[in-house]
Amino acid sequence: MIDMPALPPYARALDMKIVDEIDGAPVVAMPFADRVQGRPGFLHGGAISGLLEIAAIAAIHRALRAKGSDSAIKQVNVTVDFMRGGLNHMTFAVGEVTRLGRTMANVEARAWQEDQHKPIAMGYMHYLIRAKREG
Amino acid sequence: MAFGKPDLGSITPQGSSFDPALVNKMMGKFGHGGFLNMEYVGHGGDWVELAIDWREDLVADPETGILASAVIISLMDNATSMSIWTKLGEFRPQVTMDLRIDYLRPSPSGERVYGRGICYHLTNSIGFVRGFAHNGNPDEPLAHASGTFIRIGDRVA
Repeated sequence: MIDMPALPPYARALDMKIVDEIDGAPVVAMPFADRVQGRPGFLHGGAISGLLEIAAIAAIHRALRAKGSDSAIKQVNVTVDFMRGGLNHMTFAVGEVTRLGRTMANVEARAWQEDQHKPIAMGYMHYLIRAKREG
Repeated sequence: MAFGKPDLGSITPQGSSFDPALVNKMMGKFGHGGFLNMEYVGHGGDWVELAIDWREDLVADPETGILASAVIISLMDNATSMSIWTKLGEFRPQVTMDLRIDYLRPSPSGERVYGRGICYHLTNSIGFVRGFAHNGNPDEPLAHASGTFIRIGDRVA
């Protein structure tokens, strides 16, 4: 059972799916295809960033639900480090909420391909937490 | 040269000027740039501006219609990457080392997003870039970007 509303249109357009979970956070997978390719044979950095973003959002949704919160989130910024070229393989990503406060959350997301311990990219995001207004 | 089939070699030869409009015309047809339908808007000596039209399938939050953050990242990645080649006057193989985006405000649903990438310093190995995204008025940016690219190939330091 996926503890998150249906993946957003952007994630569906890139054929992302939640395939597993690690330490309670959803693992999101994205297949290689022309639509996510940058230079020939390699993933586009923006598509890798997209996978990191969806994994981060999935992790923070899960963490908020675990607290019984229905707050919405708003992204403030993101830094992405690209460590290895993304090849013609399935790519996975998982987010870790390193701190969930009342007003903001810090999330780290990691993307990998064949070896989970060899990340191809890391994303570091800050989100504002906003209580849902009535009506 | 057959119309519609530009030869990449003729627009990125060593020592001659780099044409971001023509390069984007190709990059914008295939791969992720094609998926996002990235369009060339303009360029100067050290900058390139590209744009992406709002589209329902690029949305991260269906309630608000706000684009996925990564759409802006892709836009700034391509615009800043091309700003390096534009400043250099030629193509050189490179990859993004890191990229940071600060979102000053969301890009409204339905609005076209412009991304201007600027190369403010170049070394033999590294291109230092910054840039910003806006909805048509550069004086009202929606995001700021900064990052670095590293040259790859035979002369990486």
